[in-house]
Amino acid sequence: MKYLDEYRDGGAAQRYAETLRALVTRPWTLMEVCGGQTHSIVRYGIDEMLPPGVTLVHGPGCPVCVTPVAALDRAFRLARRPEVIFTSFGDMLRVPGSRDDLLHVRAEGGDVRVVYSPLDAVAIAEREPGREVVFFAVGFETTAPANAMAVRLAARKGLRNFSLLVAQVRVPPALEAILAEPACRVQGFLAAGHVCAVMGTAEYEPLARRHGVPVVVTGFEPLDLLQGTAMALRQLEEGRCEVEIQYARVVRPEGNAAARRAIEEVFEVTDRGWRGLGDIPRSGLGLNARYAAFDAERRFPDAAPPSREDPECRAGLVLQGRLRPQECPAFGARCTPEHPLGAPMVSSEGACAAYWLYRRRAAAGRVA
Amino acid sequence: MMAGELVCPVPLPPGGRVLLGHGGGGRLTRDLVEQVFLPAFRNDALAVLHDAAVLDALPAGARLAFTTDAFVVRPMFFPGGDVGTLAVNGTVNDLAMAGARPLYLSLGFILEEGLPLDDLARVVESIRRSAVAAGVAVVAGDTKVVERGRGDGIYITSAGVGVVVARSPVAPAAVREGDAVIVSGPVGQHGIAVLAVRDGLAFTTPIASDCASVAAPALALLDAGLAVHCLRDPTRGGLATVLNEIAAGAGCEIAVHERAVPVTDEVAGACEVLGLDPLYVACEGRFVAFVAPGDADRALALLKARPDTAHAARIGTVRPGRSPGLVTLTTVAGGERVLDLLSGEQLPRIC
Repeated sequence: MKYLDEYRDGGAAQRYAETLRALVTRPWTLMEVCGGQTHSIVRYGIDEMLPPGVTLVHGPGCPVCVTPVAALDRAFRLARRPEVIFTSFGDMLRVPGSRDDLLHVRAEGGDVRVVYSPLDAVAIAEREPGREVVFFAVGFETTAPANAMAVRLAARKGLRNFSLLVAQVRVPPALEAILAEPACRVQGFLAAGHVCAVMGTAEYEPLARRHGVPVVVTGFEPLDLLQGTAMALRQLEEGRCEVEIQYARVVRPEGNAAARRAIEEVFEVTDRGWRGLGDIPRSGLGLNARYAAFDAERRFPDAAPPSREDPECRAGLVLQGRLRPQECPAFGARCTPEHPLGAPMVSSEGACAAYWLYRRRAAAGRVA
Repeated sequence: MMAGELVCPVPLPPGGRVLLGHGGGGRLTRDLVEQVFLPAFRNDALAVLHDAAVLDALPAGARLAFTTDAFVVRPMFFPGGDVGTLAVNGTVNDLAMAGARPLYLSLGFILEEGLPLDDLARVVESIRRSAVAAGVAVVAGDTKVVERGRGDGIYITSAGVGVVVARSPVAPAAVREGDAVIVSGPVGQHGIAVLAVRDGLAFTTPIASDCASVAAPALALLDAGLAVHCLRDPTRGGLATVLNEIAAGAGCEIAVHERAVPVTDEVAGACEVLGLDPLYVACEGRFVAFVAPGDADRALALLKARPDTAHAARIGTVRPGRSPGLVTLTTVAGGERVLDLLSGEQLPRIC
């Protein structure tokens, strides 16, 4: 398919791999931020094409994975209410809370519907005025503009039965938190191309300067990832720590002005808890005072005590790049896609899911 | 089946709907049988309207293939087919995959009260045309009506009987090291077509289901005397799932080249947007053939010469079993990875 096949060309990938080998003089550790990149890397075997000593560790950029159990349990309680139509992207349906998941909620009678866009949820609210339609707004800066548009549209239509359950997160504070960990091995980032397509690159300049790490905004296809890796390694070899854009066919330094305006109109920056990473200041978005009427947390007060994460799940270490999925004692044993301990095993962007799907031969003795 | 005799029936009212009484066994049921089902499927075995179809015995030594299936697709009409075409072709294809020539079908209809009779007539006409195309006769049937809200328009259950024409077993256990893996055409069309109408997704190029009988091309391979070791139609779970089933059943390892798997640009594009892998998306008019290496080129040439399988492709090989039951994929970028079973259905991703 045009505009995709070119970026998946095996011959070109091999030539890039040779360039990388000529470039590198010592070991380096990079983190790819986005779970979509992780899946491409594992699926296409990009990490196996890299020179010896160059390691890619997988970052926190899977929105499904970083949604804390407490937020999931709260969502499931909401989805069980008889007046609620609970709408969500398909990804969230298999993600385990402390007891079950949305598939089970649906099987027990909850009205859980998969939508492809929050605007579809607004359309349902318009069609079914007697029901409360809640959209589970999960995601990084990539999903925030469409969620903001949905709220604006609902406001314009005067809908009183539409709300967002917001679990919206921001990338830069999470990278700060990872770099602040004393055990952090990351020397450079492949930043998430689509997040930067919305937000631009300005937020990453202070991060690169302060921590002395190169940041290369990178795409998701095999050649994107190889080129982004080469750009980051060249910076490291030359002693530079700059913000560069590999994914120039999509990303502008200033981002997407209209999308950013939509986010700023509807949301405000808040503190937020991350699964495995804990509370990170200013790492989330919440509806601002003007749109507070569309906040499901206000509309459906919930007094249940916050739930705890499964102590056996090491998702936090995996999301910080400090543990490879197959190094987790539970991987493939007590944690499988059928019986996940944590979201990274079932999300389409989760690192554990990527290793389960594509790498089980490497996980010795676990191949069925 | 409903006993009765053919009398001059009262035409069904235009704009009419299925009533609970249509499944009650009385006059309404008889009207439905005589005006909708019998004219479409007319054949000697069915026309008797007895409690069971009475069929000629097969020659001594002949072996039967017998299968059953159920069809609950939503929506019941989709680009390229409907629940009726699915019922016929799904059943016929399962028989052909056992190396059998399909002969007879029975169909059970579970209708939802309130279903427009025009919709039923449209589905029945699809069944008639699909049965003619596949060369099978519908020799028995049944109709039940469930209360409104307790069904989804039309559910169809089927059973099918065929006579085995393959001279040696066509089954996973017959797969041998070195066998070529051939797929009969582009994969993933049915799943994407149904998803698009179900969820109101608008693609600039509409994607039609591939729903069709594969009996003719599959049996052509057998009739040509080629060493076909296994046949399987990649329906639910798609190509990746049936390859895993066969690798497990045969205790072999299957190596597939991603670049060799035919996928149309439309399906590839839709899958990219939705975050789906076309290798796991259902087909309803394709089959996978495992053919002895010496016959692989002839099998592929035979398929490519037919209009219904012109885009057939050799996609992989059965190789020495380092890991029996494993399917590996050489990716378009040149790496190799496991092509596993999915845990459940594919779900569209967030971003």
